[in-house]
Amino acid sequence: MSSEAHKDYAGAKLGMWLFLFTEILLFGGLFILYAVYLFFHPKDFAEASNELSLFFGTLNTVVLLTSSLCVAVAVSALQKGNRKLTLILLAATVGAAVLFLINKFFEWSDKISHGIFPDSPILTERVPGEVVFFGLYYITTGLHGLHVLIGAGLLIWVFFLVRSGAVNEKDFVTLENAGLYWHLVDLIWIFIFPLYYLIL
Amino acid sequence: MAEISSASAKSDRGFLTPSGRGLFGWIFSTDHKRIGLLYLYAILTFFMVGVFLGFLIRLELIAPGRTIVNAQTYNALFTLHGVIMIFLFIIPVVPAILGNLVMPIQIGARDVAFPRLNLLSWWIYVIGSMMALASLFGGGGPPDTGWTFYVPFSTEATTTNVTMAASAVFVLGFSSILTGVNFITTIHRLRAPGVTWFRLTLFTWALYATAWIQILAGPILAITVALIVVERVFGTGMFDPLKGGDPLMYQHLFWIYSHPAVYIMILPGMGIISDIIPTFSRKPIFGYWAIAVSSLAIAFAGSLVWSHHMFTSGMSDMAVFVFSLLTFLVAIPSAVKVFNWVATMYKGSISLDPPMLYALAFIVQFLIGGLTGLVIGSAGTDIHVHDTYFIVGHFHYVMFGGAAFAFFGGLHFWLPKFFGRMYNKKIATWAWGIMVVGFNMLYFPMLILGLQGMPRRYFDYLSRYQPLNVLSTVGSWILVTGLILMFVNLFRGLLRGPEAGNSPWDARTLEWTISSPPPHENFEEIPVVDTYPYDYS
Amino acid sequence: MDLEAGHIVPYRTFIFVWITLMVLTLTTVLVSRMDLGPLNIWVALGIACFKSGLVIFYFMHMQYERLIFRAYLFVALLILAIFIGLTFFDVLYR
Repeated sequence: MSSEAHKDYAGAKLGMWLFLFTEILLFGGLFILYAVYLFFHPKDFAEASNELSLFFGTLNTVVLLTSSLCVAVAVSALQKGNRKLTLILLAATVGAAVLFLINKFFEWSDKISHGIFPDSPILTERVPGEVVFFGLYYITTGLHGLHVLIGAGLLIWVFFLVRSGAVNEKDFVTLENAGLYWHLVDLIWIFIFPLYYLIL
Repeated sequence: MAEISSASAKSDRGFLTPSGRGLFGWIFSTDHKRIGLLYLYAILTFFMVGVFLGFLIRLELIAPGRTIVNAQTYNALFTLHGVIMIFLFIIPVVPAILGNLVMPIQIGARDVAFPRLNLLSWWIYVIGSMMALASLFGGGGPPDTGWTFYVPFSTEATTTNVTMAASAVFVLGFSSILTGVNFITTIHRLRAPGVTWFRLTLFTWALYATAWIQILAGPILAITVALIVVERVFGTGMFDPLKGGDPLMYQHLFWIYSHPAVYIMILPGMGIISDIIPTFSRKPIFGYWAIAVSSLAIAFAGSLVWSHHMFTSGMSDMAVFVFSLLTFLVAIPSAVKVFNWVATMYKGSISLDPPMLYALAFIVQFLIGGLTGLVIGSAGTDIHVHDTYFIVGHFHYVMFGGAAFAFFGGLHFWLPKFFGRMYNKKIATWAWGIMVVGFNMLYFPMLILGLQGMPRRYFDYLSRYQPLNVLSTVGSWILVTGLILMFVNLFRGLLRGPEAGNSPWDARTLEWTISSPPPHENFEEIPVVDTYPYDYS
Repeated sequence: MDLEAGHIVPYRTFIFVWITLMVLTLTTVLVSRMDLGPLNIWVALGIACFKSGLVIFYFMHMQYERLIFRAYLFVALLILAIFIGLTFFDVLYR
């Protein structure tokens, strides 16, 4: 449509960053709730937090941080013209996303099999602070999981663009923006991890 | 559609020239002007629906007791009137219609930064509005919570179709957010050479400030209404004290968005007024810098004051005190604007063309709306008038008397540019007069009724309130007459009126320098600007 | 419009950042197992902020972007902080 032949890199990145701000504020709403309810029920939050699997939490943190490294290096690799390395790293990132979701699945199913899910008879028997902790846990990690899914979808799309050469060392802003989105997913998890798994 | 008129294509019809793809040439067009007109048609359609619902509300209130509808239907009426007027009309109306039409041209750009995203925003708006309409029919009947969806009523008590309505608001929020992202990037990256930040028009400045609110507050609304849906479906207990939640936190989250949203509604309107007044006073705007910065100041201060909607909710006295104090901050930049508009007109050569008349009505009505806002911003008086008709009167003065009048002024100002034809100014002036009379007759009595203690959101009232209610209802008839006259005249003129020329008001900003209707991509060659936008001296 | 070549960040910078992030993750887990009272949450948040700073400035290239990006990020975070902070005027004093 536009007669401008070249792309506006700074514009594309500015737009992406603005969009990331909206994502931060979206999770921000949940963090406001978390802060207030932690203040109301500090003991209950610690009790409930201890029931979450520290192992899965830490493992997923490592998985996401490492996948973030892969994406960051993938951008540099493409800028240097190393398409093969870029593709390998993108595939690794998507693999990490899948691993993350599998872990999450086990974690959730473990909780659900113990009867801990929103509005379950076992959960509603417990003290209010723990109920709201698990409510927030499901909503926050659920929304985050959704973002992992979207991020992985974006990376798969970019993978094919890189492979076909539509995204290359001269025109890599799409990869960079998809990478930014993936880092955001990581960023949110960096806060979810201590707030939900490490409260004592 | 406007294409029909271009059958007599003797002259160049610019972007209105049929693309040969019929309707698809419109609904899949990425031209910011076509998208602006798409928004115009969609939003005005919902405005009509909203007006009709409001008309029914007033009709019901002409006498105490049941008049035309029962209590449950009345609850649905005011809920839908609120949801439609807020989320489908007044939030998108100026940025999406006039912002899309005018802003890229004003900064000397060929289009917005992300044209396809712009089209996507329109489609998301359409999908969201369809969902809002669907909530009328599906589920347990139309929602009856009021547009605020307060818990616990919305999550536990009501059996109506709140889930669908809240989802619709979620979707509409995205449309607004994406428009915000697009506009900020556009204003940053696509300004023509010489269009420095302090050579932007004040309308563009207002849109820029608005876009920031859309980006930073919009997501909070998204998560809040998403939580309503989650509560209704899964019962996680976020706002249920039995499950450790706190209902007041819903109100906090809701108003963290919805108070800044008030400035999404009014700021672009103020931008329109700032463009109209110098043009029709033939004077450079007084205090350009102050008006531009006050837009940003309003946007910022607007994010500090949300809890003044909650003075009677039972939150802490400390919060009541702090938020009441902060609320008065907003009055400062708003007053700065009003003083500057008035100072611009002082000793100007004022011509009372229709856009200027709307701007004048805006100033007076916004002043009443703003000053009554101070009454309810101070915690002491608010406790007396909270949830009364005083509130209803106040926000209609700001939203209708302010934002919507500014929008009508903007339509009369800019649409001749985009259709290349002029409406009948005499009829437009009459319509304006009728609307001003009807508007004030409709809403001023509400302020008095509120002070006398008539609560809002009831379909019944004590008989001693009847005289003023009758006056108000008659006012609504006059207002609707004026609205119909205005729209018929406007669109008749745009389709069949005489040629308007490139600059019917002899205005100086960039959009008036190109042909009318503007061509695709606006400028053959990107202009180089070396003047200040309001150079009328 | 300028066509930006883009700054190429060397791999070893990223790997060094990643190692730091791993060490910080280990630290935050270990610290959380000690009972520091209310300090626990603040230490955890402090480390999380530091980690996210690293991700934003290196992985997300904020270090190499123009100033306006950093200013805008600051505005967004400031507004979020205001939303949380002012809410506590209600919660703390209820």
